[in-house]
Amino acid sequence: MIAIIDYDAGNLTSVQRALSHLGHDSVITRDPDRVLAAERVIFPGVGAAGKAMFDLKRLNMDKAILASYEAGKPILGICLGTQIIMERSEENDTTCIGLIKGDVRRFPDSLTGEEGRVLKVPHMGWNSITLKREHALFRGVERDSEFYFVHAYYAHPKDPANILGETQYGLSFASVLFTGNLVAVQFHPEKSGKPGLKILSNFCCWEGRDDA
Amino acid sequence: MLSRRIIPCLDVRNGKLTKGVKFKGNVDIGDPVEMASFYYDEGADELVFYDITASSEKRDIMIETVRRVAERIFIPFSVGGGIRTVEDMRRVLLAGAEKVSVNSAAIRDPSLIAKGAEAFGSQAIVLGMDVKRVPLSPKIPTGYEMVIDGGRTPTGLDALWWATEGARLGAGEICLNSIDADGTKEGYELNLTRLIASHVHIPVIASGGAGEAEHLVRVLEEGLADAALIASITHYGLMSIRDLKSYLHRRGIKVRMNW
Repeated sequence: MIAIIDYDAGNLTSVQRALSHLGHDSVITRDPDRVLAAERVIFPGVGAAGKAMFDLKRLNMDKAILASYEAGKPILGICLGTQIIMERSEENDTTCIGLIKGDVRRFPDSLTGEEGRVLKVPHMGWNSITLKREHALFRGVERDSEFYFVHAYYAHPKDPANILGETQYGLSFASVLFTGNLVAVQFHPEKSGKPGLKILSNFCCWEGRDDA
Repeated sequence: MLSRRIIPCLDVRNGKLTKGVKFKGNVDIGDPVEMASFYYDEGADELVFYDITASSEKRDIMIETVRRVAERIFIPFSVGGGIRTVEDMRRVLLAGAEKVSVNSAAIRDPSLIAKGAEAFGSQAIVLGMDVKRVPLSPKIPTGYEMVIDGGRTPTGLDALWWATEGARLGAGEICLNSIDADGTKEGYELNLTRLIASHVHIPVIASGGAGEAEHLVRVLEEGLADAALIASITHYGLMSIRDLKSYLHRRGIKVRMNW
């Protein structure tokens, strides 16, 4: 069973619907015991980092995520979930879970793109990813695929070895992070059409080993 | 870099598309779920559903439509029309829409935007704006006035002021419809689009007036729009989304070409 962690951070039914479309059962849960009992864990989320960490701690979910990671379970972070696994976030000056060393920063308001056009924050819409190496989660995903992003903050890992993929938006940021049995994506695979579904489908049969 | 989005708009009444849509081959599709699924396969970047169901008792049909669409397509879609309360928003979002769009109701009660953004996040709240060109006046300094009730009722509010206020209240995006250009197929209202898009810090979807691919080029380049809403161009088989995107791609506009 796949556990989708529920901590009052947005609508999680779209992740569940995508999994169900792929033929995988999942449970949306706020019970840390069910997360610990699950085979694999998805950690989504939309909203602000401060409230998210507060709710995770209140539900004892921060500990369940750490324990799942220690146990070697495959874990997928999505959007805010990806930011929360870092050490800290500029958003509400929040201390986060710290599974990957580094911080979370806001896109500067002064970003410019092609022809000096001012880039809006949040970064909202479809963008591509440059993978730095192969990974089981991206098997069968074409290189020029695009993914749906909605975010104003991005993860900035200390060790570049944690960056699996990068995306350009006025600056280059880590859009896919990984360490061992954890992969975290800044975009929404459940809203990214067929390439997104392929990543979810790969996750559902990934053993959590860091082998390409 | 970020792609510009191409967004087909579907008008739904009592669970059916208002106009049976004819594609190449003359297939008439009246079911919004089938239509959404078709556009998903065709490479639409997002979809907008506009519910023009008149009676509130029949609103549940739309919720059921949203639920069925969400089971079939895995790209964002928004739902507008008849959303007047946070509870209306909650039902549509829980049924599987990514965003809700508020228009007349937000002008009557601007706190709806803030309450929606607080409950669901700014990314879920689209401010729909119907705008009409009027003579310049102290009240309407840009010469663009907000109108409601499908364009029938003037509000005395300046469009740029309202766009800025909507963004301040927490809207995550603006869907900007020109009543003057709507239905003409003669192109988007470029001045209006550029005025709003260059003054607000949230994305602007241009709406109204698209009749050919070149109109999209102009609104995305000169109008500075982040996305373009389309209806008749693709609904009546004049062009497929792929043809449209290929055209934009050849004209040097970044669009999502692999789906």
